[in-house]
Amino acid sequence: MKSESNLEKVLSAGHFAFTGELGPPRGTNAEEVRKKAAFLKGNVDAVNITDNQTAVVRMSSWAASLILIQEGLEPNFQMVCRDRNRLAMQSDILGASAHGIKNMLCLSGDHQSFGDHPMAKSVFDIDSIQLIGMVKQMRDEGTFLSGNKLDEPPKMFIGAAANPFAEPYEWRALRLAKKIAAGADFVQTQCIYNMDRFREFMKRAVDMGLTEKCYILAGVTPLKSVGMAKYMAGSVPGMDVPDELIERVKGAGKGKAAEEGIKIAVEQIQEFKEMEGVAGVHLMAIEWEHRVPEIAKMAGVLPRPVV
Amino acid sequence: MIVAKRKPFDEIKDFLKDYKKVLTAGCGTCVAVCLAGGEKEVSVLNAELDMARRLDNKPIELGAITIERQCDREYLEALDSMVEGYDAVLSLACGAGIQFLAERYPEKPVFPGVDTTFIGVNQDVGWYEERCRSCSSCVLGMTAGICPVTMCAKGLYNGPCGGTNKGSCEISKDQPCAWYMIYERLSKQNRLDNILKITPVQDWQNQKPRTVIQPGYKTSENSAEK
Repeated sequence: MKSESNLEKVLSAGHFAFTGELGPPRGTNAEEVRKKAAFLKGNVDAVNITDNQTAVVRMSSWAASLILIQEGLEPNFQMVCRDRNRLAMQSDILGASAHGIKNMLCLSGDHQSFGDHPMAKSVFDIDSIQLIGMVKQMRDEGTFLSGNKLDEPPKMFIGAAANPFAEPYEWRALRLAKKIAAGADFVQTQCIYNMDRFREFMKRAVDMGLTEKCYILAGVTPLKSVGMAKYMAGSVPGMDVPDELIERVKGAGKGKAAEEGIKIAVEQIQEFKEMEGVAGVHLMAIEWEHRVPEIAKMAGVLPRPVV
Repeated sequence: MIVAKRKPFDEIKDFLKDYKKVLTAGCGTCVAVCLAGGEKEVSVLNAELDMARRLDNKPIELGAITIERQCDREYLEALDSMVEGYDAVLSLACGAGIQFLAERYPEKPVFPGVDTTFIGVNQDVGWYEERCRSCSSCVLGMTAGICPVTMCAKGLYNGPCGGTNKGSCEISKDQPCAWYMIYERLSKQNRLDNILKITPVQDWQNQKPRTVIQPGYKTSENSAEK
């Protein structure tokens, strides 16, 4: 075991993993974190805690991760390269590990121009692939990036993101291979709506032998409304929402779009359970944590394995 | 070349509000080529300043000179005798030239008339685009002649990231994704293996003031190259 995290145990025991996501509050409201966490408890194996997502300032991801641990859930601590240099990253990794955080997701981070401080200076001292390598070095070699020895390595289960939908398509599996070579133990994909494209991506990953080296969790975000579907299709870079899917949500009729969105997500999860190379699902129910229990139930992923 | 743009007029006017005799110094190299700080721009700016100060009933006496390069001592000499006669100097050179001027005349207030913006190329008359961040460790050999440090909004070394959007950067549809272009060009040149390898963490060379002394010019006095 690399980390002894619950997520690692679930995956290495061969179970189909099911992870959730929680966005920290725009303030010190710990109660809000606890409230959201309550909906996820027992329904997921680990919970991604986003790191200033969309470049909007929120409670720091490690701090919200600690609240999750207090609540008896396992966090997947997200870290982006936008806001910290290599010194800050390494010290946060040590601190996170010392407080019992065992999973990390290494990301580039949305550009600051999207967020609430668009004129901020970004860092990008190292990129997401280099971050993966750095965490692996700290864990496996017990050294800092500098090569100096550290006292008690951080035992992290190392995650990365993959976007199967951004062009050039041929590059996506190659980039995934690069992340795995850097040290990714698991990968969570961008929200999947174009199932054809994702099947192709997975076939390529399987053919390249990548699924032998790394657990791939398919990203699912239920569509709450026609507006959200259109927004995802038109305004979120790297997102691929086929027109048929928007039509399907629209066709559900007034007041029923959300139910249809959930139905689509459940169908997707059921297909992922059978899809070669897919080791689990990462459910990003954005500001919809309270719907996670029913989605998990409908998708037949409950009860979560105790390992 | 180094590309600059003139500072907002009100900002320049405010710098000079307490001075009655100011020398406006242009630079005949980069900033002249990019139409921000050459002889013509000096004369236009002086005309504007002159008029504005007259309207304020605070007339100003303005001198004008444009030298070949403000970043070169050889050309600065020509200013020595002139500067003495003015209360302040307004330099339209790049940041390097302005500092060299201020360093040469430490008693004299020296103000910037332009914002130095980037190292770039001339796309058309008056149209310039950034191409280089002078990082001191060029990767263009690996990246098919497209700089990821400058052209990628995140300065990534192992891109493209997941935000690449049909050939555009996530920050704007009008901004091409550098790594998309790198991929396409390398792919056409059958050199994709260049970017299949992991590029390791950078040793940043541009985090402190840099000095270059070319081989053959090192002496015991200057050899402490940073």
